[in-house]
Amino acid sequence: MTAEGVLAADALVRAVPLILTGLAVGLSFRAGVFNLGAEGQLLVGATASALVSIKLSGSAGFLVLPIALTTGAVAGALWAAVAAELKRRFHVLEIISTIMLNFIAIHLVSFLVRGPMQEPTRIYPQTVALAESARLPIVLANTRLHAGFIVALAIAFALAWIMKQTEVGFRIRAIGASPMAAESAAMIDVSRMSWAVLCCSGAIAGLAGAIEVSGVTFALYENISPGYGYTAIAVALIAGLSPLGIVASGIFFGVLETGAAALQRDFAIPSSIAGMIEASLILSTLVFAAMRKHYTLFARREKTA
Amino acid sequence: MTPEPSLVATANQGLVLHEISKKFEKVVALDSASLAVRSGSIHALLGENGAGKTTLMRIAFGMIRPDTGTIRINDNLFSFASPADAIAAGLGMVHQQFSLVPEMTVAENVALGGKGRYDNRQTAARVAEIAAKLGMTMNPLAKVRNLTASERQKVEIIRTFAHQATTLILDEPTAVLTPRDIGDLFVQLRAFATNGGSVVLITHKLHDALEHADEVTVLRKGRVALSGSITDVTESALANAMLGQMQIRTPRNDRPTAVSSQRVLELKEVSLRDRHGIKQLAHVSLDVTQGEIVGVAALEGAARSMLRMMAGRTEPASGDIVRPASIGFVPEDRSQDALIPEFTLTENFALRNSAQRSGRVDWPMTRVLTETVIKEYDVRTPGPDISISSLSGGNQQKFVLGRELAGHPDLLILENPTQGLDVHAVAAIHEKVRSACKTGTAIVYYSSDLDELAALSDRVIVVADGTISETTPDRTLIGQSLLSTTST
Repeated sequence: MTAEGVLAADALVRAVPLILTGLAVGLSFRAGVFNLGAEGQLLVGATASALVSIKLSGSAGFLVLPIALTTGAVAGALWAAVAAELKRRFHVLEIISTIMLNFIAIHLVSFLVRGPMQEPTRIYPQTVALAESARLPIVLANTRLHAGFIVALAIAFALAWIMKQTEVGFRIRAIGASPMAAESAAMIDVSRMSWAVLCCSGAIAGLAGAIEVSGVTFALYENISPGYGYTAIAVALIAGLSPLGIVASGIFFGVLETGAAALQRDFAIPSSIAGMIEASLILSTLVFAAMRKHYTLFARREKTA
Repeated sequence: MTPEPSLVATANQGLVLHEISKKFEKVVALDSASLAVRSGSIHALLGENGAGKTTLMRIAFGMIRPDTGTIRINDNLFSFASPADAIAAGLGMVHQQFSLVPEMTVAENVALGGKGRYDNRQTAARVAEIAAKLGMTMNPLAKVRNLTASERQKVEIIRTFAHQATTLILDEPTAVLTPRDIGDLFVQLRAFATNGGSVVLITHKLHDALEHADEVTVLRKGRVALSGSITDVTESALANAMLGQMQIRTPRNDRPTAVSSQRVLELKEVSLRDRHGIKQLAHVSLDVTQGEIVGVAALEGAARSMLRMMAGRTEPASGDIVRPASIGFVPEDRSQDALIPEFTLTENFALRNSAQRSGRVDWPMTRVLTETVIKEYDVRTPGPDISISSLSGGNQQKFVLGRELAGHPDLLILENPTQGLDVHAVAAIHEKVRSACKTGTAIVYYSSDLDELAALSDRVIVVADGTISETTPDRTLIGQSLLSTTST
């Protein structure tokens, strides 16, 4: 494997959590639910799967990995369910509650890796490393590209199919486009559906965390995510919320971030340049989205009465 | 190309729109339509829904850019980039849907869009002055939220005067007004015209045009079908120009009543509260049988919650309701409750009963069914794959009715389905409702138009004060029981 090849594989490795959290954000936005808590759901998913992997290693054999990944997804869903429940019962805006839950998740990880989950020597603020059996297999020899990439692709394709071809996907699009018409014409229970979408969104973000732990870091520590859950919003918006588009924009951001690190290492070009490009991209995406909305609104206003 | 001076340089020309064309997606809204409004006159712009009246006036007001054509005011060529330009050129528009901020006072709304410092007292004085000049009474410090529809319209008119408009465009102004307010409005408009202003009155009511206008232009399918002085035209000439064929009259209901007696909908001692917890029905019982049309008369949406409950959208607070397996529902606000504007016709078709289905959507089949509805209900559209927002209101409504009647439901609930539609679309809707009823569908038809109820129903129930009473389908009788139940 050439150095370029390894670098390219690293970019894909970096893209995995971006694609998965991007899919989580995209799914919820499509339903008109604003899950800005992918970061927190990812962290909780990572924590839960790390816990299970460590506790089960040696006893569950090849089952450790599937159990750990499922646990991560369930934990992410439960974390999102807190916001979903608040929304359904008390009409608390998920935009606010999901962000607040991010902070709780960040400090929860901090606490755990310095307390109950800290490695036995109590020197480093992290857990013990995961056993070989709890790690995702490498799919491209001599690189770090793990099976999580395949999982991300599979979920993207599945979501694309669901949104286009199934009744559930159609209902998700309907409640996002017009909750009133969805309720009145299609008789959809919009609040129940939003609840379910937010939980599913959380599950995908939680899975992203579990895959990060069992595919890349092999341990839980602070700063396990450099803000994947936030970049995910840009990933999803740039892709116009389309699942397959999210794969492309996720890889794009992966390349950008990996490339920046390499440039800093080899040519002393500050990697903050990539951060600035990213931020400008997010800004211009928001401007484009706003402009598109503006012009479609105008087009609708122009329709014949 | 040189402009033809003979066409545009006539004396007293106020607003002149010359050969305006406009397309939306593939739908032609205007096809070189012209309109010349003399200063000092009231000009009626007639046409059925979707004829292009509102589009033409939005172009004049700078809200939409025309594809081709010119706009002149007093012989000066204008090209408006926004309504602000049009207002600066002396145009004022009173929209069908009011463009007022409910949380602000009348004076604040009038001052909106102005420049510099806002002086509450000065603006209030100005509003009072304009209102007095127009013979209106208006409290400038009242919140718009607390005003009735006709008062809000007055605020809009005052606002156009405050901007010193010389040409006033009113889009269906009589739709929200009581007969007395309509009379006042036309007195004011006439005074405005006599002082040299010009008025464009967009309407689909022949009566308004014949009674109050000096000149008339009729649009049909985006083209000018007739234009001239009101003294030269007859009612039937206008109707023919609007509809393009013999006027369709709604025939009286001549169907034998209640062929079958199989009960389709049963209400037993039903009580109902709306979502604010306010009581809507108290211990009401009612049977609706197969193949009958039950008209519902009610004031100001008093029947709204009941219709929703019959359609299975809400449940009663107490009592029993027995509904059939399949129910069609045509809600009052179609663009909000029945359709998703940015979805295609096919997707909007798939909306119905989506919650009851699972698994895959059969898109090819849905598309075929959509095409059937388009054909059977004469929905004017280039195809099933364009967004439904590009269709006119009448065509959207025909599509909604077709969708709800697809698969022959046992019960069809309609909520003011012909409101705002032209004679043509109304006749089409009535015909489809009747033929559905002949094939055995039970129909509950709410309308705010008592003539329509009288013409269509087998029997009529009047909903008021949480109770229902039954009456025969006769305009006067329905009116009497509506008023008597509300006065007690």
